[in-house]
Amino acid sequence: MKGLIFTFIIWERLPVLIGTVICIAIFFIVTYLVKKKGIGKIRKVAGLAAVDEAIGRATEMGKPVLFTPGWGGDIQRPTTIAALNILNLVAEKTAEYNCELIFPTHDPVIMSAAEETIQNAYIHTGHPDQFRPDNVYYTTTSQFGYAAAVDGAITRINPATVMLLGTFEGEALILAETANLVGAMQIAGTDSTIQLAFFLVACDYTLIGEELFAASGYLSKDEKIISSIKAQDYMKIIIVILLLAGAVLATFHIDTLKEAIM
Amino acid sequence: MKTRLPIAICFIFGIFTLIQYFTSDPTMALIYAEILDWMQIIFVFTLLVGVVTIFKIHSIKIARQQNNWPYSLLTIIGIAVMAILGFTRGTDWGSPFLWIFMNIQVPMQSTMFALLAFYVASAAYRGFRFRNKEAAVLLITAIIVMLGRVPLGHQISDFIPRVAEWIIDNPSVAAKRGILIGIGLGSITTALRVILGVERSYVGGK
Repeated sequence: MKGLIFTFIIWERLPVLIGTVICIAIFFIVTYLVKKKGIGKIRKVAGLAAVDEAIGRATEMGKPVLFTPGWGGDIQRPTTIAALNILNLVAEKTAEYNCELIFPTHDPVIMSAAEETIQNAYIHTGHPDQFRPDNVYYTTTSQFGYAAAVDGAITRINPATVMLLGTFEGEALILAETANLVGAMQIAGTDSTIQLAFFLVACDYTLIGEELFAASGYLSKDEKIISSIKAQDYMKIIIVILLLAGAVLATFHIDTLKEAIM
Repeated sequence: MKTRLPIAICFIFGIFTLIQYFTSDPTMALIYAEILDWMQIIFVFTLLVGVVTIFKIHSIKIARQQNNWPYSLLTIIGIAVMAILGFTRGTDWGSPFLWIFMNIQVPMQSTMFALLAFYVASAAYRGFRFRNKEAAVLLITAIIVMLGRVPLGHQISDFIPRVAEWIIDNPSVAAKRGILIGIGLGSITTALRVILGVERSYVGGK
């Protein structure tokens, strides 16, 4: 039995396995505690607080909202899932306000998922008739072909709000600057630290780091999702403690732990 | 059912993928390879749906002669010509398909990419304006880093490249790592929420 387990596990990945188990344990413990003691406070995120304002602005101006998840991601990526979660909440609001929502994408799988997400949001809010399937469309898998298609859409449609949320690469600045040229309000967020710098200078609001992943909890106020955000904070505390311990051990040349892990 | 079934599928495949990452079991590796093949098959089918959507949207535009409808006509002709050439004459070197790709598609993509240079300049102009203390710090740091990366910086003073290097290696890396840790943890909790069915909004659930 012992030998079977020994051959079953990839031992080089044991530290990752331990980390994963710790993360899952924290996730469950915090969810339980939140259920028992209540949600607590979640800090204000300017970019997410602006979502309502951005959709309201588009409604008042009689112009559409354009939402695109970037060229860099596919449906397996957590960033894309996070973007789709935000899309669901944005779609609910656009449905309530009777504001047009346009979703161009480079990936046909994301297109199908987004179509389902938006349609369900319109049904939930009681406005299924307002859903326009033609507004959710596939452009091309080519990076700059996608950039050209979305650029063209922004220039022709002249949206009041452009949401660039997902995984972006070289096309990030092209899209952000085009949106700025047409005077659209931009809310952006990505998991690429390189493109994040471009978004910070080019967009009105930028979701930095984990803010993109916390968005669905922040906007929906769902207790379970917020508890997972709290769990994330506890994980961060553990990482900070480990970093400090690592710095102390490295300073005093104590390599025993490092050798054990490596 | 419409929400529960995708969530159940997510749970089963999510847990399986998580376990198989840590195991060397050949059966699990085989199933994983099969799942990856299925993902490719699903992608091809959705690609078909995507192309049909393109045809549908542009056909409506042409039929109703909406604004810019000639561009829609061009799009449909482009897709049709490339598909016909690809299927009938192949996609190897010297084929008309590849000739069109290399001489029309690639230069158009390069043109889009080249636009970045102008957009970097306009974004930098707006980002580096001296509006407040934070913007001033950004402006001064950017000037030092830019000067430190070009020969002119060396000519002014050897100190500038060293400071630029220090900024890139220390405060910049520290900020990047902080953001990356946040992104990593965010990805983990998002994945857990999806696998455990806590996050349902992407399938329209509540």
